[in-house]
Amino acid sequence: MSNSFFGPLDPAPDAGWVEAPPRKGFFTDTSVCIGCKACEVACKEWNAIPDDGMNFLGSSYDNTGALGASTWRHVAFIEQSKPLGTQDAGFAGTAAGPAATDVLNRAADSALTGDRSRLGTDTNAVDLGMPKVELPGADGAGRADFRWLMESDVCKHCTHAACLDVCPTGSLFRTEFGTVVVQDDICNGCGYCVPACPFGVIDRRIGEKGVTKNVGIAQKCTLCYDRIGDGLQPACATACPTQSIQYGDVDELRERAQKRVETLQAAGVHDAKLYGHDADDGIGGLGAFFLLLDEPEVYGLPPDPIVTTKDLPAMWRKAGLAAVTLLAGAVAVFTAGGS
Amino acid sequence: MAECHPVGFQWVMEAKARGAKVIHIDPRFTRTSAVADTHVPLRAGSDIAFLGGIVKYILDNEKYFREYVVAYTNAATLVGEDFVDSEDLGGLFSGYDEEKASYDQSSWAYERADEAAAAGDREGSGKGNGAQDGGHAEGHAFGSGGPGLDSHEVQRDETLQHPRTVFQVLKRHYARYTPEMVEEVCGVSRAQFLEVCEAVTANSGRERTTCWVYSVGWTHHSVGVQYIRGSAIIQLLLGNMGRPGGGILALRGHASIQGSTDIPTLFNLLPGYLPMPKAGEDESFGAYLDTIRSTEQKGFWTNADAYTVSLLKAWWGEHATAENGYAFDYLPRISGDHSTYQTVLDMNDGKIEGYFLLGQNPAVGSAHGRLQRLGMAQLKWLVVRDLNMIESATFWKDGPEIATGEMKTEEIGTEVFFFPAAAHTEKSGTFTQTQRMLQWHHKAVEPEGDRRSELEFFHLVGQKIRAKLADSTLERDRPIQHLTWDYPVDEHGEPSAEAVLQEVNGRYVSGEKAGRPLSGFAELKADGSTACGCWIYSGVYADGVNQSARRKPGREQSWVAPDWGWAWPMNRRQLYNRASADPDGKPWSERKAYVWWDEDQAKWVGHDVPDFQVGKAPSYRPEPGATGPDALAGDDPFIMQADGKGWLYAPSGLLDGPMPVHYEPAESPVRNPMYEQQGNPTREVFKRKDNLQNPSAGEAGSEVFPYVFTTYRLTEHHTAGGMSRWLPYLSELQPEFFCEVSPEHARERGLEHLGWATIVTARTAIEARVLVTDRVVPLTVGGKVIHQVGLPYHWGVGGGGAIVSGDSANDLFGLSLDANVHIQESKVASCDIVPGRRPTGPELLQFVEAYRSRAGITVETGNTRHTAQEGSP
Repeated sequence: MSNSFFGPLDPAPDAGWVEAPPRKGFFTDTSVCIGCKACEVACKEWNAIPDDGMNFLGSSYDNTGALGASTWRHVAFIEQSKPLGTQDAGFAGTAAGPAATDVLNRAADSALTGDRSRLGTDTNAVDLGMPKVELPGADGAGRADFRWLMESDVCKHCTHAACLDVCPTGSLFRTEFGTVVVQDDICNGCGYCVPACPFGVIDRRIGEKGVTKNVGIAQKCTLCYDRIGDGLQPACATACPTQSIQYGDVDELRERAQKRVETLQAAGVHDAKLYGHDADDGIGGLGAFFLLLDEPEVYGLPPDPIVTTKDLPAMWRKAGLAAVTLLAGAVAVFTAGGS
Repeated sequence: MAECHPVGFQWVMEAKARGAKVIHIDPRFTRTSAVADTHVPLRAGSDIAFLGGIVKYILDNEKYFREYVVAYTNAATLVGEDFVDSEDLGGLFSGYDEEKASYDQSSWAYERADEAAAAGDREGSGKGNGAQDGGHAEGHAFGSGGPGLDSHEVQRDETLQHPRTVFQVLKRHYARYTPEMVEEVCGVSRAQFLEVCEAVTANSGRERTTCWVYSVGWTHHSVGVQYIRGSAIIQLLLGNMGRPGGGILALRGHASIQGSTDIPTLFNLLPGYLPMPKAGEDESFGAYLDTIRSTEQKGFWTNADAYTVSLLKAWWGEHATAENGYAFDYLPRISGDHSTYQTVLDMNDGKIEGYFLLGQNPAVGSAHGRLQRLGMAQLKWLVVRDLNMIESATFWKDGPEIATGEMKTEEIGTEVFFFPAAAHTEKSGTFTQTQRMLQWHHKAVEPEGDRRSELEFFHLVGQKIRAKLADSTLERDRPIQHLTWDYPVDEHGEPSAEAVLQEVNGRYVSGEKAGRPLSGFAELKADGSTACGCWIYSGVYADGVNQSARRKPGREQSWVAPDWGWAWPMNRRQLYNRASADPDGKPWSERKAYVWWDEDQAKWVGHDVPDFQVGKAPSYRPEPGATGPDALAGDDPFIMQADGKGWLYAPSGLLDGPMPVHYEPAESPVRNPMYEQQGNPTREVFKRKDNLQNPSAGEAGSEVFPYVFTTYRLTEHHTAGGMSRWLPYLSELQPEFFCEVSPEHARERGLEHLGWATIVTARTAIEARVLVTDRVVPLTVGGKVIHQVGLPYHWGVGGGGAIVSGDSANDLFGLSLDANVHIQESKVASCDIVPGRRPTGPELLQFVEAYRSRAGITVETGNTRHTAQEGSP
């Protein structure tokens, strides 16, 4: 049986599961997120994930920073000088000067680049240069538009999961629910999966061996494999008070998401868009997809992700062709030499 | 609400999904604003001007619900001729006593039908009249009912035209609360203010209702009770009380805070809002009952004798007899103000020997942390029961005053006993939430180690004290010896919480039904045949079933969900719901039908338990001279009020006026734009060297503290941090104390994002990391730009094993209290803010002293209560 690396498909049967249950996933509706972080806490509680540092990041109310081995749900907070649909932020007519959000957001982003050990990860993000925090001057128009976006990010449980494709130990596997899970007792910490993920989700845990558990082992969201098999919802979805995190059958969630985006559009929230719901995208659709209120980059998501192993079959074919050619050449040489 | 009550906020989000408009009025743009339709940034401490502006809008534009207002409120009632409004006295009402800084309320009274009222002969009425004894301990004693009235024989003009109708008085009182004035006082643009007015009024009436939700952002003020009154006036004018989707929802600060006022931890209340008897006044049971209610008045408080006798029977059982006045003399008498802040001052003066702290961390969570810690250092003993070794248990070795040298560990004589407490998952019991609903929680696990429940702790303390006094023959020990203290315990020694709930519910103690549980407070008797630990909770164990443990899912019952938990009184989910029907008993509209009169059955029926005598027809009119519940007409929905009406104007009971007036906070860089009178003239002040105040606008030195600051909670932490700063999963989400400032303010003061700032008041200086954010905006108030600093108050210095710590925002506050309820003004004060970290050690004291000296602060500063020049009441 040959694995597919691209295009729409149902991942569990594709991985060989017979009579697999419907694919399970998350629809995260950021338009109703209140940034309470109950998902982060419930996830850590259920999965017994260690804390990953007491660091004040100054990134609005986000002191988590990024997904990583010890952060399987991460709530991003984005302050913007834009209107949210018909919302009245109440700043018109005040003595407010020009917005400082962009410069502050860039400063906050810089906290996430370079050495990221304080975010609980040893991966390095590209440092785009440290912006100077220089607040805008008193001149210029006062800020009137404002919105505060919140988004709970998570592993996308890709239809085509590169982390799984590159795992040499079989630690990463496709479950009957179509989700992708790491088995920490099999993982050898080789780290191939880390750069394979187009979203920067999977990561090896850092810390002191013997003190912190699973140091060096790749970790990420399991979509609560140990709960959903027993008919429970994942911990984060259970804790979410506003149904921003919805768990269920991916097919049904996609329909619900489509309706929700239409409702928001009709209500004047023209920025509302779905991310990762499309089975024809570069990942074959995400098992955990999102309703966003701005471009994906604003939330730290790649705008057009493509599974990093998309070209693997072609690469193998090319490599195979090269090998055959080499072999043929060698045979030719020997044949020639023998004559 | 999303910040501090995220779980409850799910219902707001659900309402929003169904088309509700959400308006958020708050100095800062918070997580609530992020999902609201409208955010209204206003200056902290200016809410009464805002609410008064809405009242004026409603009256001027005739947006009030006229039928409701005429029939159900006191709008038509005439106020006596002696009343003089604050508009005519520079911000004071008639009756102000300069010396006592309190009001003689007699001139606020209604005009009596017999015209004999006027100023004389007010004995026994107006229990809130603090002017008589100079005490300030009475405002809260009315609880679920209103204060008494001498008589309900009042004069009414239902055309609302008489100049002394409440309606016309109200109209004149708020005449100057124009949109322009709101803009000047609150910093809210006229356009946005009018948008709110239009939204609220358009969404009220027969077909629609609006609700107001508040929390301690409204209560922690020197005039906080009047904030709530402001919203009550709006809701009554718009017909939003007693109707589905209406009301005023008070979000409490902790789980079961409502329960701890119902069965109170307050010094001046007994269970069910019965007042504590007072030394010198309530010497006999009869005298006590007379002070609770006038037998002449309407309403259910006239049955207070049955409630009180049953309480005494619950506590002293067979020892409470008719002969000894049901052991009324066993109750202690209060002799003055023993509220929390007065007690802390008394501690500092060496008048208090011991103190129990139960799940409370005043070293961090209460205003004026330094005074709290210095006070505790004067005690002989201190018992701290908490989940963690909080700062209030360790202040003697690692508090900020140890660092400054003001306290030396070896000189502190306080013996501190720390008892680890069981968490809610480790014990059974009830939580009473803000809707007065009791919900039972079952013990999930046994408490580990030495952790014990409060119930077991106090049961044991009681047993030990009783054992010590068992052989005493002293009269004074009888109340302890005779106390009913016989709760069954389980194999771990834990008393049965259900047995306590049964006692609270009450039972028959004699007669045919002896031993059987009561089914509700209507069964209570004043003859000693019933016992009941808290009359308003009676019925929670009706039929011998723990009604609070019911958990029938909402989808399996009506939308009112009466079978989930149990709400007092009588499982009523909405109080005063008679008002959901018109005077004839018909629903105001089909859409808002809730409780109505069924002609065929000749009784009140509907979705909820009617809050009315069930067989009393809408057309019922009392006989002349009737008293008690029988005196209420069939269209008097506010059955706990002495006249059966919702009070737009409070003729008695509130210590600081019959209607809300905009006063500036006790510390304010803004001169009151509306009145000569700057602050609440009845606020409680304490002229002490350990409680210095910043000068306010109009006083010399006010420019030294030019900014407003407010404190609040973050979703990630719980109050003073005892339940969150010891947990890694919560601490990592908000690891450091920070201040939130606008970019404009940051530029003005040179504050750098992620840098440090020092915030200073006359009390102390604290340091915080700087979070510059567009979510805070400067407001123009009185032509001047006002910057507001936001400070979450979860961190503290010291404590054993806290994962994160930091300076405490509450250390910045001094003590100025609302006279009605002795609550501290801790949601607004003035300050200075400068870049950089604060000095440490003794240099911190010098730093603060330099500020005081620059501002010329003495004990008199900021403590002059009467500042109105014109008029002398």
